Amino acid sequence: MSNPISHAFKKAKKENRPALLTYTVAGDNSKKQSLEILKSISKKVDIIEIGVPHNTPVADGSQIQTSSYRAIKNGIKVNDIFKIVKNFKKFDRNKPVILMGYYNMIFRYGENEFLKNCKISGVNGLIVVDLPWPENKKFASKCKKRSIFFIQLLSPTTTQKRLKKIIKDSHEMIYFISMLSTTGGKLKVSSKEILSNYYKIKKINSKKNVVIGFGITEKTIKSLKKADGLVVGSAICKEITNSIKKRQNPVTNVYNVVNRLRNKIK
Amino acid sequence: MKLKKGIPVIDQGDKLGFWGGKFGGNFVPETLKKPIEDLEILFNKLKKDKNFINERDKYFKNWVGSPTRFIKLENLTKYVGGAQIWSKVVSDANGGAHKIYNATVHCLLAKRSGKKVICGDTGAGYAGKMLSMAAKKFGLKCKIFMGAKDIQRQQPNVRAIKKNGAEVIPVYSGSQTLVDAVSECMRYWVANCDKVAMCVGSTVGPAVFVRICGWSTSQISRELKTQLVDEFGSVPKKLKLYNCVGGGSSSFGFWNEFMDYDKKQCEFIGVEAGGPAKSKKHAAPLTYGSKIGILHGAAQYVNQNTDGQIEETESISAGLDYPGISPLHCFLKDTKRARYTAASDEEALNAYKLVTKFEKLRPSLEPSHAFSIAITESKKFSKDTIVVVNSCGDAYKDRGIIEKKLGRKYV
Repeated sequence: MSNPISHAFKKAKKENRPALLTYTVAGDNSKKQSLEILKSISKKVDIIEIGVPHNTPVADGSQIQTSSYRAIKNGIKVNDIFKIVKNFKKFDRNKPVILMGYYNMIFRYGENEFLKNCKISGVNGLIVVDLPWPENKKFASKCKKRSIFFIQLLSPTTTQKRLKKIIKDSHEMIYFISMLSTTGGKLKVSSKEILSNYYKIKKINSKKNVVIGFGITEKTIKSLKKADGLVVGSAICKEITNSIKKRQNPVTNVYNVVNRLRNKIK
Repeated sequence: MKLKKGIPVIDQGDKLGFWGGKFGGNFVPETLKKPIEDLEILFNKLKKDKNFINERDKYFKNWVGSPTRFIKLENLTKYVGGAQIWSKVVSDANGGAHKIYNATVHCLLAKRSGKKVICGDTGAGYAGKMLSMAAKKFGLKCKIFMGAKDIQRQQPNVRAIKKNGAEVIPVYSGSQTLVDAVSECMRYWVANCDKVAMCVGSTVGPAVFVRICGWSTSQISRELKTQLVDEFGSVPKKLKLYNCVGGGSSSFGFWNEFMDYDKKQCEFIGVEAGGPAKSKKHAAPLTYGSKIGILHGAAQYVNQNTDGQIEETESISAGLDYPGISPLHCFLKDTKRARYTAASDEEALNAYKLVTKFEKLRPSLEPSHAFSIAITESKKFSKDTIVVVNSCGDAYKDRGIIEKKLGRKYV
């Protein structure tokens, strides 16, 4: 059975553009509203990433932290997240969904139980920020058995030797962290440098779909459009925070941001 | 799960850095894999290097000031009327607490790796103060991450950090205490690991930090062993070592040299922070049976809810106010080498009152937790039992809290 994530990349490639991936935190700013946001942006997005909020997020900058704390304060639980995915899939059956979070949430829930519920609700891929290779080998193979992609992360600090090993163990999609930063940092390296690292990865295995994330905003997205896919997270979380501050509707505001992002990589 | 003899506990982890197959490890973002591996290679090399060890010992002796005193608390012993109560006055060390050992070693490692900046976390402010002292001594720039709540309650240490020329970065996220300071410090390292060295302030964090800290604080038990032999002719037949446990750096260091002794001869008692008597919140994951979880890169017993969110802690002592606990202590608990219990805020304050009433010793609120249990249990012990409490910090930093809780005359 093919994974809809692969299909999404194929489609984007046919249209000669990178796939657009968006990250929003489940339950931000409420369970209902976060589902509404997903529904509204679905048409403009190729792959939906949903953050599983954790209250000790060591790799996230202030924007995603704010969204996560807000969602937890509003009472989001792991089971609610599976419900959100399930309801979203009822609305847009073929849109791939990736959950992104920290390992303790999966560990506490139980790896097998977590994956079982991923399968039932329609999750297609997982990114676990603090479960690096080789620690993730066992869990990644459990994912594979259930045809869920375990998405390996690569960083500018990953050595060439390590790159090769991780890519060998990776599934069809890989996430490249653009720079040394937490999420939402200002892009502090040139797009040229990011792409040169990106091509190092593609050279090892050109068949893998490699997405670039961290520091991607409306300003920077165009310069990286040669990549297989681009992830925007903090910029969207920030929009939700600003909407709440200005007492505006986050659903419309987020849609507008995503629409503009999409237009920039057409 | 078994504790091996003849191998330092810090080196008993497996290839992936797990003690007993399940505590510790490296649950870190990919970006940190390389800097952690670099640090591991450097540390593994240097801890076998005679020149490096001589250098460490030179600074421990001349700058930190070793050995710290080992004294009998005569009046307290008489008052309690059971075991002989002694104290290892680790607060004699330069800066006033055991955190100086880890800070010194991290700065020496940073120098060797060519880094010019070092960052660190702090709760009670001691880890921060010592890191700022060591950084100044070794010519490194220093950034200290500290929870906003802790900045407020540990002002004397904050002033000391700033005086040493370090930058204090307040952390406003979460509960604004140690747990958030460690997270924010790790974030800073993620973004700057190419130029900056990180010092984790206790035996927590990714495995290599647990090991470096344990290796550094073990100076305490090396000194104590010599002092015991000098005093009693040999290691006493009934020895009980009491130490407070937050992250677990001072207790691990206080016990390490005695690890291979039978626990009937050398018993280890770790005292966690039970929090206010009336509160459900605490910082005692081992005592109250918290489940295993991942916090700051390591698997450990940690206060968390059923969903895996880390729970807020509460303790009068900022240094113990941490939801997790060193993987080393999880390992010592499950192998039954050490015994763990908790003292409440009120019990710690009472112990502080007693110790300061009878002795010329002013333990900070952290070791006051250990004194509380040591005093209670000593009543039941025979007169040839030697109880030693690690007085690992000085109460100067707590004067504000003590004045508020106990009144002026106790400051």
